[in-house]
Amino acid sequence: MTIETIKVSRRQFVFGAAITGAGLSVGMALPLSKTLAAVPGSTRPEVNAWVVVAPDDTVTIRIARSEMGQGTLTGLAQLVAEELECDWDKVTWEYPTPGENLARARVWQSFSTGGSQGIRSSHQYVREGGAAARQMLIEAAADVWGVKSAECVAANSIITHTPSGRTTTFGKVANAAGQGVPPTTVTLKDPATWKVIGQPLPRLDTLEKLTGKQVFGSDVSLPGMVNAAITACPVHGGKLASFDAKAASAMAGVMSVVAVGDDAVAVVADTWWHAKTALDKVVITWDKGENANVSSASIDAFLTEGLSAEQAFVGNEAGDIKAGLARAARTYSADYSYPFQNHATMEPMNATAVWTKDRCEVWCPTQNGEAALAAAAAAAGLPQEQCDVHKVSLGGGFGRRGASDFVTQAVKIAMTMPGTPVKLLWTREEDMLHGYYHPITKARLTAGLDAEGNVDALHVRISGQSILATLIPQGLRDGMDPVVFQALAAEGDHALSYTVPNLLVDHAMRNTHLTPGFWRGVNVNQNAIYLECFVDELAHETGQDPLAFRQKMMRNHPLALAVLNKVAEKAEWDKPAPAGRHRGLSVCKAFGSYVAACAEVSVSADGKLTMHRIFAATDPGYAVNPQQIEAQVFGSFVYGLSAMLYGECTVQDGAVEQRNFDTYPSMKIAEMPHVDTTVMPSGGFWGGVGEPTIAVAAPAVLNAIFAATGTRVRHLPLKNQALRSA
Amino acid sequence: MVKLTINGKVTEVDAEGDTPLLWVLREQAGLTGTKYGCGIAQCGSCTVHIDGEAVRSCVYPLAAVQENQKITTIEGLSATGDHPVQQAWAQLDTPQCGYCQPGMIMASAALLGNNPEPTDADIDKQITNICRCGTFQRVREGIHLAAKINTAQSSKGSAK
Ligand code: FES
Ligand code: FES
Repeated sequence: MTIETIKVSRRQFVFGAAITGAGLSVGMALPLSKTLAAVPGSTRPEVNAWVVVAPDDTVTIRIARSEMGQGTLTGLAQLVAEELECDWDKVTWEYPTPGENLARARVWQSFSTGGSQGIRSSHQYVREGGAAARQMLIEAAADVWGVKSAECVAANSIITHTPSGRTTTFGKVANAAGQGVPPTTVTLKDPATWKVIGQPLPRLDTLEKLTGKQVFGSDVSLPGMVNAAITACPVHGGKLASFDAKAASAMAGVMSVVAVGDDAVAVVADTWWHAKTALDKVVITWDKGENANVSSASIDAFLTEGLSAEQAFVGNEAGDIKAGLARAARTYSADYSYPFQNHATMEPMNATAVWTKDRCEVWCPTQNGEAALAAAAAAAGLPQEQCDVHKVSLGGGFGRRGASDFVTQAVKIAMTMPGTPVKLLWTREEDMLHGYYHPITKARLTAGLDAEGNVDALHVRISGQSILATLIPQGLRDGMDPVVFQALAAEGDHALSYTVPNLLVDHAMRNTHLTPGFWRGVNVNQNAIYLECFVDELAHETGQDPLAFRQKMMRNHPLALAVLNKVAEKAEWDKPAPAGRHRGLSVCKAFGSYVAACAEVSVSADGKLTMHRIFAATDPGYAVNPQQIEAQVFGSFVYGLSAMLYGECTVQDGAVEQRNFDTYPSMKIAEMPHVDTTVMPSGGFWGGVGEPTIAVAAPAVLNAIFAATGTRVRHLPLKNQALRSA
Repeated sequence: MVKLTINGKVTEVDAEGDTPLLWVLREQAGLTGTKYGCGIAQCGSCTVHIDGEAVRSCVYPLAAVQENQKITTIEGLSATGDHPVQQAWAQLDTPQCGYCQPGMIMASAALLGNNPEPTDADIDKQITNICRCGTFQRVREGIHLAAKINTAQSSKGSAK
């Protein structure tokens, strides 16, 4: 027996006419994480698309991007609140739906949440939204008083007519303000006068995370809802040949066993546990196709060939690399490699869908609401106008939830039972098998050194996957994937932090059958390891101090140099490391921010690594919420160091071999180094914070391991390497 | 029907004896605060208390629970969300996505129940939950802070 639980909370909304066609009762209450509640004439008037003010002065700020732990919703709310001049203690938030965005000519612009873009690509229009709302509130008050709006000011949700001292609150004039004409131009505040931006404010979404009240996608519960478990062909690209559901169909609670698309089977049951246990009993024959011949060994050979291939896309070039290498007093070369990795979000993929022939609604944790809506509509065979997606809390994203494969599946299953909500939840095993994996690459780095040990020439050859070629081919430039060159680019958000007179960074694109995807840090993870460890090698090979060696090449990169110098200073690089400990450095520009790390490690006689502490510095330009930036430094370090220590998906007979956290381990608290973070915003630009620092954790630790052992780890993850020879 | 004592209330559930307690809590009792992360006792997302001890409910069959055993989930850890661990977590803004946090909080509360002033080494040994967002530094700080809050509260209580 299933007990249908309708969560009653403030996060509830009345699901009205929208799905009456689905045979569900009008006005039933559905649990939603946060959905637009303001409608014309309601008690919570909308001032503009970004701001809703209730009569009790509660300010609801609309957030288009997805909160997945990175704190973006609090940061975005701070941006709006700053310009709105509202009382921060009265601020709450809600998500508009992608369907509402569509209906309102994309008034909230992009919903996509990736690439550490949440704040840096929307700060301008989000702040303008807050400023426009403030002006409209002031106009409304001035109207009531019959005074000039120029004589009124707003602060802390109170509007004051300066000459008379008369005051009113946002809540009292919000209704009238919403009827007003939006200003055509707004002036944003001078950063020097910011009161909310830059403050280490507590997150707006913490409390419900402490009591079990937060509703994640896997917690969605709708009246009459049934549950589905799914298994897709373990070999990517393979198909479903046939299945025998006799045993499974007879099991408790099972309602149906269905093919999903051409490559998966799902069981629908009263509870998910019944669905999952029955799925284990479905006898499935897969047509695995030719990808079943692929293995880690064959992929390795494919990528190795690319290291010396003639043809490669040029991503960054300066001087004359051939001449530079030819005249070098000494050349030095090393090969590195980085494996496939799963995102392993804590919450496995899931989506809940209800479908009728003229309406489809989906509840899901997604990093890209608009893409999820498009996927739902395509699967449902309906125009997007007849569909919507309700964003529910994400149990982690890290790039994985930018894809909508699970939405497509949920809708397809829901189509087999019109009008009945179906919640699809993947097992961890399914999640491990069907990732959008961190791209696999190898690199060959070759340096030409002059007689003084200066780097006169550097060739970085990358061989491996391209995310864009697989997922977003329209993003390629004449076939070249610019994302491959993150942290090695000539300029921009991912510019190389060194000046080398003769430089070539190129990419031999080698795509495999496993789908790559955006991943926290994505290509900076391996590129920073390749470059920063190789630079460290060069310093040691030429007998130079790794800090001074880097500084020499960074004269034209003052902001990168500043963060590097900061970690060196904090770690007291000029003094010997504490007894038994060894240090390593790393610096990088990623996602528009400058980041550096100095790791302090020890390695026992039997090769056991202890990461004692890491000093980190980040310059994101403007720091919207320093305590959340600090949390992102901690978090990105854990994600990056987990990847460095353990992250590896291997392939046998075309399928990923790791199935759960026993074979795909993740770092635990005992392995966590103490992280000392310096947030040093230099102002004038908007860099990301969710991902950049992931770039520097692993190379700093790897360089420290070398300092400790003389062993250079060039192939990840560390679990496969002996740190001391037996 | 099986009777369970969950968060102080006797609750009847109807599930096969081999159903993991995790799914009984989530799908029968409607208590979705306890999370599924791996199903094989690796991650700790599903941590609840049975008679005050932390257990990983994804591998704990319903048949193994006695009616008189007290099951506590995140929803029942405190009546008003003010268990010292919850207070410490709020002060430090510990959660990121929040998905592992019910398990992390329950594991931390159980640790403090047995060991009011855990050392870093105790924490390393007892807290083996996975957090993919990487909240460990504030979890560690939070456990120490919760221990302090606990001491402060109990000394206040005894002074009365
Ligand atoms: S779900 Fe129980 S330990 Fe992971
Ligand atoms: S807070 Fe997201 S997994 Fe721990």
